[in-house]
Amino acid sequence: MKFSGKRRKFLTETARTAAGVGVAALMLGLYARQSRALPADAIRPPGALDEDSFLGACIRCGLCVRDCPYDTLSLAAAGDDVALGTPYFTARNIPCEMCQDIPCIKACPTGALDHALENIDDARMGLAVVIDQEACIAFQGLRCEVCFNICPVRGKAIDLDYRHNARSGKHALFIPIVHSDACTGCGKCEQACILEQAAIKVMPLSLAKGQMQGHYRLGWEEKEKAGGSLIGTEDKHEYNLPAGSRYDYEGEGLIPGDDTSKVPFSDNPLDALNGRRDDK
Amino acid sequence: MAAVKTAQAGTDAIAAKGWLGAHKWLILRRISQVGILALFLLGPLAGIWIIKGNLAASLTLDVLPLTDPYVLIQSVFAGQWPLQAAITGAVIVTLLYILIGGRTYCSWLCPINIVTDTAAWLRNKLGLKGGATFSKKSRFWLLAASLLLAMMTGTIAWELVNPVSMVFRGLIFGMGMAWGIVLVIFLLDLLVSKRAWCGSLCPVGAFYSLLGYASILRVSAVHRENCNDCMDCFVVCPEHQVINPALKEIPTGTGPVILSSQCTNCGRCIDVCAENVFQFDLRFNNTQTTSVANKHEVLS
Repeated sequence: MKFSGKRRKFLTETARTAAGVGVAALMLGLYARQSRALPADAIRPPGALDEDSFLGACIRCGLCVRDCPYDTLSLAAAGDDVALGTPYFTARNIPCEMCQDIPCIKACPTGALDHALENIDDARMGLAVVIDQEACIAFQGLRCEVCFNICPVRGKAIDLDYRHNARSGKHALFIPIVHSDACTGCGKCEQACILEQAAIKVMPLSLAKGQMQGHYRLGWEEKEKAGGSLIGTEDKHEYNLPAGSRYDYEGEGLIPGDDTSKVPFSDNPLDALNGRRDDK
Repeated sequence: MAAVKTAQAGTDAIAAKGWLGAHKWLILRRISQVGILALFLLGPLAGIWIIKGNLAASLTLDVLPLTDPYVLIQSVFAGQWPLQAAITGAVIVTLLYILIGGRTYCSWLCPINIVTDTAAWLRNKLGLKGGATFSKKSRFWLLAASLLLAMMTGTIAWELVNPVSMVFRGLIFGMGMAWGIVLVIFLLDLLVSKRAWCGSLCPVGAFYSLLGYASILRVSAVHRENCNDCMDCFVVCPEHQVINPALKEIPTGTGPVILSSQCTNCGRCIDVCAENVFQFDLRFNNTQTTSVANKHEVLS
């Protein structure tokens, strides 16, 4: 009797502890899932693994923060939106200066910042996006080009697209265009943007980048790769219509019938132009 | 009556050894805790970079890497294999604590220890009794849960809430709302349950107790025959269950060394004992009739 009482006490105590710890662990697990959401304006140091791996590899020691010569990085304090203790920077405040020797990566003892990244130009901390064309003064026809000029990968990550200014009719727009194959996401452009709220912002790649389906082939690129047209130029162009149909170009659409002797339009493009004028 | 007695724990020792003598190890511990923190702060505050980083990983004088083995093991459970620098640091730290006692981390380094010691002291002074009880095994359950969570979430989940690293890191890199957790732990230990955090819940302490399972440096009740049953050591000890075997089980042939890995080597028992029963010793000097046997060993 005494023995079973002891066992009973042991079992209830164990169950009580297991249940308590289980509840705590469940709450922590849910919190851990939630804290994977990195705010869009929080940027990881160069070489950071993808966010899920990073949160497993970073032990929150702050050695990258210490070795950053520009005080760019900080560790998330309790109550910040970034996962507690992990390093990040806010481009609008202090951007990454893209040190050639990448001291933050060298300082990382665990490899949460990938030591395989040796050329800072290959870093992809994020991607700059000209996110507000209504506010960006270049789109208003004003000269600015601050983001273009401050860019450490000048002319490659951001270049200027000269467009016609339709409003004035005689000026050019100097439109900044970001190229993802060169932009490191350092954030110099966002910091330098002259507006009260930056019109160019560094976004996480997952937010900033679109992606074509894998089966897309761009004809002009394929042509260049192949060294010539992949479609035989001698092939006569044909409409691929249902059997027994032909196509009337003048608005009648598909016309059933076997009479294929008449082509829908003349071989001479001028006929189409003149014909339209003649109708009126 | 008992409350009055516990509130006065240590008065005999102060009478016998003076205030300083009765607080020697406590003062040394506080110097160690604050001093190590100060070394970390010397860089950011004064630009003197002796040691960089925090308890998770640090670099001393640009050569000595130290890594917290607990956080590194969580990282491995999360599926990330660390670089050599972190592993080297963790091995050094592990060896160190095998030498000086695993939970020496708790009483000589951990910043939360100051909070919980203060809560325990105040609880004693105010004569607060009772409250909730947590199983002292909870910490091992939480330790297992922290590793399991790392594995399941692929992230070091425990580091999101770990008060030890949060406060130490916070003091060096920015506290944010970490003062909140200091307050929570203080109130928990003061009002809810005696020594709840360090004594029952903290998985960091549980991990370091495993590191110190066979640690060399231990407290020993060398002169236990002088014990006058004043109970002062039991009152001040944060893990008082560890004292009894070494101090009182002479008839069963148990040696005087406190072998329990839950002993934090804080040395408060040495301080408060007016009869000088305790001292730091090596775990090997654990023969039963110590005073005599020790002399024999030294002589032979």
